[in-house]
Amino acid sequence: MSCGVLAIAEQVNGVFRKVTYEALSEGRRIADGLGCALSVAVIGSGIKSNSESLGKYGADRILVADDAVLEEYMTDAYTNVVAGIVTKEKPCVIILGASSRGRDLAARLSARLDSPLAMDCVAVRVDAGNVVVTRPMYGGKILAEIMFEGEPRIIAVRPNSMRIAESQKAGAVEIIAPDKGRTDLKFIEKKLDTGKVELTEADVVVSGGRGMGGPDYSVIEKLAGIFGGAVGASRSAVDEGWRPHSDQVGQTGKVVSPNLYIACGISGAIQHLAGMSSSKVIVAINKDSEAPIFAKADYGIAGDLFEVVPLITEEIKKIKGI
Amino acid sequence: MEVIVLLKQVPSTESFVGISENGLSVKTGDVKWVMNPYDEFAVEEALRVKEAHGGSGSVTILSVGTEKAVEAIRTALAMGADKGILINDPAAHNCDGLQTAKILAAVLKNMPFDLIVAGQRAVDGDNYAVGSAVAEFLNIPAVTMVMKEVIADGRITCNRTVEGGIVVVEAPLPALITTQRGLNEPRYASLPGIMKAKKKPLEIKSLKDIGLDTAGIGAPKTKIISLKYPPERKGGKMIAGEAAADKAIALVKALHEEAKVV
Repeated sequence: MSCGVLAIAEQVNGVFRKVTYEALSEGRRIADGLGCALSVAVIGSGIKSNSESLGKYGADRILVADDAVLEEYMTDAYTNVVAGIVTKEKPCVIILGASSRGRDLAARLSARLDSPLAMDCVAVRVDAGNVVVTRPMYGGKILAEIMFEGEPRIIAVRPNSMRIAESQKAGAVEIIAPDKGRTDLKFIEKKLDTGKVELTEADVVVSGGRGMGGPDYSVIEKLAGIFGGAVGASRSAVDEGWRPHSDQVGQTGKVVSPNLYIACGISGAIQHLAGMSSSKVIVAINKDSEAPIFAKADYGIAGDLFEVVPLITEEIKKIKGI
Repeated sequence: MEVIVLLKQVPSTESFVGISENGLSVKTGDVKWVMNPYDEFAVEEALRVKEAHGGSGSVTILSVGTEKAVEAIRTALAMGADKGILINDPAAHNCDGLQTAKILAAVLKNMPFDLIVAGQRAVDGDNYAVGSAVAEFLNIPAVTMVMKEVIADGRITCNRTVEGGIVVVEAPLPALITTQRGLNEPRYASLPGIMKAKKKPLEIKSLKDIGLDTAGIGAPKTKIISLKYPPERKGGKMIAGEAAADKAIALVKALHEEAKVV
């Protein structure tokens, strides 16, 4: 059966998000499983030269919709463009990153195409021509295996879940005329802290909870900083106003799956555990040796975080030679 | 200003969610049911929009659910919403996101509205899909993950959360927005509010009542083939040591040599 996998790249100011490479690599594996080709759609303005690099991650074809009005992601224009590509290319699978923009696009597209959607997938397998995905529900308390009825199947992959694999393919760039259609949304401005490492994409996350006792997170920031990692917070720290909402890890915040998660002064409420228990290695530092977090941590230190964390930072600096 | 809130009743986030014997659904017997936390922000924002526009118009709560969902709708009415509509139909009880959106859109097509506010996601299915899909079926713009909104001259300007910051987007009304934590601080229902809510109109309708049949909402497009618990994390080792420095050295050694993450 002929088919085709369409990945959708996400770029901001011409730079692709890490989750784009993850989606593309997973898209390649699906295409190989189904015995079909992988195309990637790149939408934006002035993005042609950057797009060429995507062949390295397994794209057979790179479809570039380059137009000044597509410079900023707007739900309606981007949905129109992708729907136009889908009509022409008839993919059986669409794969993209479950970022803020990716989720927004996936949901609108699913309704536009009347197509099945699985959000935040953490695993995909191809089984005798069927695509089966695994996705968390109930904030990660349960993992569901999902099959799709109808095509194209839209798969939004959770950041930091899919392995990036380089496999050079033709990566032939084709400039396409985007079907922009009717639009209502108007871009006004963006305020982005581009220096900040995104929590959901970070390899290392250091979080502080109630035990921080106040808004001074400098010990946490220093430890996260030497890894190039991100700072997270528990719900109680966010509710106290010590950290912004965007830093909250947990069932009603962000779900993170870094290589290393260091929980400082966090007791380990079920909602918080749901947001970080898929991390590869978990370290907990807490004064209370009975804190529930220790039951989920690979390594625990019962002690004062303000004393222990700076010492850890110094030890790691020695190993890294910085 | 006519404002509609899309609301869902879900298991509370502190609930343990168990898997049924059949492995395909969750046990809901012992669960404590609450209004979806992101919908609390939606109710609050709807009330603020109404208040900011002189208190004229109304805030209507719209939900698809079982008889039990009446409790969550009453909570919203106690917060100050004016009326509620619950679509309760056996054919609607195991809908996926697209089917739910089709039901909600069918109701909304026959109602006046300027603004629809929905939670960014329900914390049970975590699909992030229904709000956007409803907007698509109604052919209106949607702005998701909104931290702040201002309405003026028939347009809504929203701060939308993205990785690393915000994007400011403007849309003509009628429009749909979904909520992000930080949009507002939801009010508690007051005792007089709870008393008043008992007398506020709450209609319960079947699919037939809203002019839909099972063919109208189609078959589910996603099928759960198994549910399982995530791999149980075993509590690992507590790092022993006399002084804090000893513990820090031992931890970093373990992370470097054993876990190989440093």
